[in-house]
Amino acid sequence: MALGGELVLQDVDFRLLPGEIHSLMGENGAGKSTLVKAVTGALPLAAGVMTLDGRPRTFRSPQQAQQAGISAVYQEIDLLPNLTVAENICLGREPRRFGLVDWRAMRERAREALDTLGVGIDVTSRLGTHSLAVQQLVAIARAVSADVRVLVLDEPTSSLDADECAELFRVVRQFRSRGAAVLFVSHFLEQVYDLCDRVTVLRDGRFVGEYLTRELLRRDLVQAMLGDRHIPRRMAPALRVAGPQEPPWLSVRGLVVPGVAGADLDLLPGEVLGVAGLLGSGRSELARAVTGVDRVLDGTLQVRGEERSFTGPREAMALGVVYSSENRRTEGIIGDLSVLDNITLALQAEQGVLRRLPEERRRELAASWVEALGIRPADLDRPAGTLSGGNQQKVLLARLLALAPRVLVLDEPTRGIDVGSKVEVQNLVRELADNGVAVMFISVELDEVLRVGNRVAILQSGRVLETLAAEDLTVDSLTALVTGADEVDG
Amino acid sequence: MTVIEAPAPAGRAGTVNRLLDRHASALPSAAAVVILLLLLAGAQAYFGNFVTPRVLSALLLDNAYLVILAVGMTMVILTGGIDLSVGSVLAFTGILGARMLAGGTSPLLVVAVMVLGGAAIGLMIGVLVQYFDVQPFIASLAGLFLARGLAFVVSLQSVKVTSPGILWLQSTRFQAGDWYVTPTGLLALAVLLIGAFTLAYTRFGRTVYAIGGDEQSARLMGLDVARTRVLVYVVSGVCSGLGGLVLTAYSGAGYPRNGIGTELDVIAAVVIGGTLLSGGVGYVLGSLVGVLVYGTIKTIISFKGAEQSWTQITIGMLLLVFIVVQQVIVVRSARRR
Amino acid sequence: MAGVVRHRLFWPVVSLLALVVVNAAARPGFVRVTVRDGHLYGALVDILRQSAPLMMVALGMTLVIATRGIDLSVGAVMAVSGAVALTLIDRSADPGAVGTVLVAIAAGVGIGVVLGMWNGFLVTVLRVQPIVATLVLMLAGRGVALLVTGGFITTVTSPPLKFVASGYVFGLPFALWLSATAVAVVAVVQRRTALGLLTEAVGINPEASRLAGVRSRGIVFTAYVASGGLAGLAGILYSSNIMAADANAAGEFIELYAIVAVVLGRTSLLGGKFSIAGTAVGVLVIQTLQSTVLFLGVPSAQSPVFFAFVVAVVVLVQSPQLHRRLGRLSRRHRGPAPATAQQPARDMEVSA
Repeated sequence: MALGGELVLQDVDFRLLPGEIHSLMGENGAGKSTLVKAVTGALPLAAGVMTLDGRPRTFRSPQQAQQAGISAVYQEIDLLPNLTVAENICLGREPRRFGLVDWRAMRERAREALDTLGVGIDVTSRLGTHSLAVQQLVAIARAVSADVRVLVLDEPTSSLDADECAELFRVVRQFRSRGAAVLFVSHFLEQVYDLCDRVTVLRDGRFVGEYLTRELLRRDLVQAMLGDRHIPRRMAPALRVAGPQEPPWLSVRGLVVPGVAGADLDLLPGEVLGVAGLLGSGRSELARAVTGVDRVLDGTLQVRGEERSFTGPREAMALGVVYSSENRRTEGIIGDLSVLDNITLALQAEQGVLRRLPEERRRELAASWVEALGIRPADLDRPAGTLSGGNQQKVLLARLLALAPRVLVLDEPTRGIDVGSKVEVQNLVRELADNGVAVMFISVELDEVLRVGNRVAILQSGRVLETLAAEDLTVDSLTALVTGADEVDG
Repeated sequence: MTVIEAPAPAGRAGTVNRLLDRHASALPSAAAVVILLLLLAGAQAYFGNFVTPRVLSALLLDNAYLVILAVGMTMVILTGGIDLSVGSVLAFTGILGARMLAGGTSPLLVVAVMVLGGAAIGLMIGVLVQYFDVQPFIASLAGLFLARGLAFVVSLQSVKVTSPGILWLQSTRFQAGDWYVTPTGLLALAVLLIGAFTLAYTRFGRTVYAIGGDEQSARLMGLDVARTRVLVYVVSGVCSGLGGLVLTAYSGAGYPRNGIGTELDVIAAVVIGGTLLSGGVGYVLGSLVGVLVYGTIKTIISFKGAEQSWTQITIGMLLLVFIVVQQVIVVRSARRR
Repeated sequence: MAGVVRHRLFWPVVSLLALVVVNAAARPGFVRVTVRDGHLYGALVDILRQSAPLMMVALGMTLVIATRGIDLSVGAVMAVSGAVALTLIDRSADPGAVGTVLVAIAAGVGIGVVLGMWNGFLVTVLRVQPIVATLVLMLAGRGVALLVTGGFITTVTSPPLKFVASGYVFGLPFALWLSATAVAVVAVVQRRTALGLLTEAVGINPEASRLAGVRSRGIVFTAYVASGGLAGLAGILYSSNIMAADANAAGEFIELYAIVAVVLGRTSLLGGKFSIAGTAVGVLVIQTLQSTVLFLGVPSAQSPVFFAFVVAVVVLVQSPQLHRRLGRLSRRHRGPAPATAQQPARDMEVSA
């Protein structure tokens, strides 16, 4: 089987062989999503040929692609929270009797599909009542429940924890052994090397090369993805562990919110506190609670030794405690507003409605941040929503930094952005800490946590298990701690 | 092999929570049933002669056209849309039918024209919404204006209906003891059952729910979003046409000012019946209950001999209570995610 | 030239001018303005005067729509405001006194503000969908107005009240001064303070705005209060025009016309970016059209047919889908354009 041709993304050749797991790599904007959409029929081909089983095919809709045996699972969960799990798995090709939906057969088919994934949930429950991770597994169950010859997984692991990932990989390998072809798109190099047989690299909408994973060095892969641009070197954190005499900027004791069961935490000036924990360990909940985004149920919170309670993010901001959400698109950027308005929004909000910042002052301020953070394109009047993920993240940081914060809480600031921007954001975080800001840095990528953090707080089931110096940890030891020896499957 | 289970909270509170979660989408409709029963019980206690076969039969008879409109409206709202045109279309098809009957056209042809007229306006709204990305609110607003204007174009005054075929729909009573039902009532029940069945057991019906859940996802699942969405407005138009027929039979005349504000009553009844205006959650049978709640309040107020303006105020307040209750449920289930 | 065509207000202004030109061609008297007793008279002046209530309501509606909301209750608020004000005048010892009328106007606007606060409370505190929240008042409001007037149409004789809708100041109708002032005040407040920016931010992305420290509740609340107050004032204008409080007819369909005006002015119903000037143009388009329809001798009951076509044409002209379709057609006409073939892919990538 071969999928090949000249796609609108300028002369991209791509082939997917039966019985292989093939990774598509590239920075954001390299054209991965476009290629995936073309393959799955979500986007029509403007030029070029796609062949399936040696025959040329054109898909005008995802439905046609599905009928041809191509199923896809996307990064954002494309399911229906208001319907049952069974419907989410079967709808579109639901079993019917006399033209009517056969609910019993549908439930059975859904149960079978979930069984192959080892997921034991009630198929008559509504999808919306389950966690994101379970929803992702339902999406995969949907993809594999059909007669699938080509399975496309577009960033399927971004909301899964290590166990769930392992489970997913097992299913994917099982798939391969059945002779199906799998296209796996992921930002995680680890996972690509763990799972994939071959790699195709795209850059700026062009085909760079196709490689066998086992013959490709990581450094070469990154090189291929970045091209001539700067290759990230391992960042050596400036280990400036704060002395005991310096009081913490922010300190919480026995913090309780839904998802966090009594967490203790200290954020010292001039340090980056990495936070490592699995999905459901309460890492985002903790971040939202200490920044006033969610209401705290119990526990104390001190800012520079004074006890405080925030009624909203506004109050936290007034004390220099700011938060950047993991959901950049829905809780960060205001897409239709210009870069200028986005950067100056928080400052203006702090000033209040009546005291409008003068236009020149706003432009000057925004321009200085655009330059300092290297936001591209450097156009202040462009709607922020049209920027790439990495640049949106920088705009978001600029908005917060314009407030001159003392405590910066970053939830997954590098999620879904390309390798180049990732390194820039990491550098920026280090620089801020070196200038005395206390940073809380949450990331699912444990090596990143180790690289950026001075200390690492390990979260488990809503508690801070312990806080260790980053230099004493390795990715392996941290993984072991995060997973927890007592955390048994099931 | 790892088995991932949805975490089950322990204890009795846990069971209750799980039950609530499982049936969260049916909860508002259940609440509507409770309200209806309370209303009936209260009225019976107060008046002593309220819950009688006669009054209850009249309830269906008086509100048959609302039931029919509510079926179409429920489907539209389930897709996350809204149809403001129903009241006007009701008036337009009603006056058109009355005028044609007065001109001597055969009743069967008249009924067909009424239904098709409603369908045509629905089709226009659906095409605007689906193919030109016009917001349903605005597209159906155009439908409202169009139908209301056309109603006055057909006739500026009311037109009496004398056709025995049409009046038969209203005057015939199938009786069982003191209970009775008219052909219009049966028509309303038939539309209701067809609506409920279609939503539960056909791909069209499940697509309606899917569009309300997430249109993009529905499309990726290979469901025919475009056709379904257009069809939903056509169905609502057909229901308005049938509603026009029933109302014309009920009042024995077509009147171009009929149904002003009826769209609000219907929306209120649908919401009280447990359908979320954001789409994706709700039941046609719930909307029936919503209409009956509306009708019961109206009957109670006329029993009491009070000003009919109290009906508006009471419905408004009840609507408020319901949406607040729905809000609590929505917020609860959002928090669980 | 291309810049002018692409301007947000290009199409609204063109439609307004087109209407004026068509009218002027059909009846030369349309554009004539005469001066009598130092007052300006003429069809255009009438349109400006009659547009005052809709202008007020549409202004408030623009603010509410910008916050992702909608206010269906404006007509009902007008009815309540008129009922309260006229009942006060009716029951006062001296209905003709300026003081009485001022108190009544204050009461009418005040009740509008209170009802706006009620809507704002439902939307911001109880977090009820705006369309439902304001539906409550839309249903119940007229009932309340009927209770206030006791189910009758209250008529009064009060020269100061008559002056509000029919009087002249500096040669122009007082009502026009009122609505122009309202437009100016709203525009200045929005652009000279940060309210405009923050309103747009909240309208585009409420949660992101909250996280950026914007007091979104306050801003949304303000919009509903403004809408309520302006509707209250519109209710006074309406009652002053007919010198009666008619709980059923006051502001009937005005919420729909106001929404059409806002959409005509190219403010999206999805919230976010808004244009006060656009709304003002939209209101004038509607009022001019109404005058045209009357001139054509169409019974006013049938005029909705015209509005249906206007709404349809306007939304079609604004529909990006239609532009795409037309673009595709003309491209097919000229043959394939290879340079643009890459564009869709790029667009996909940005949004992905």
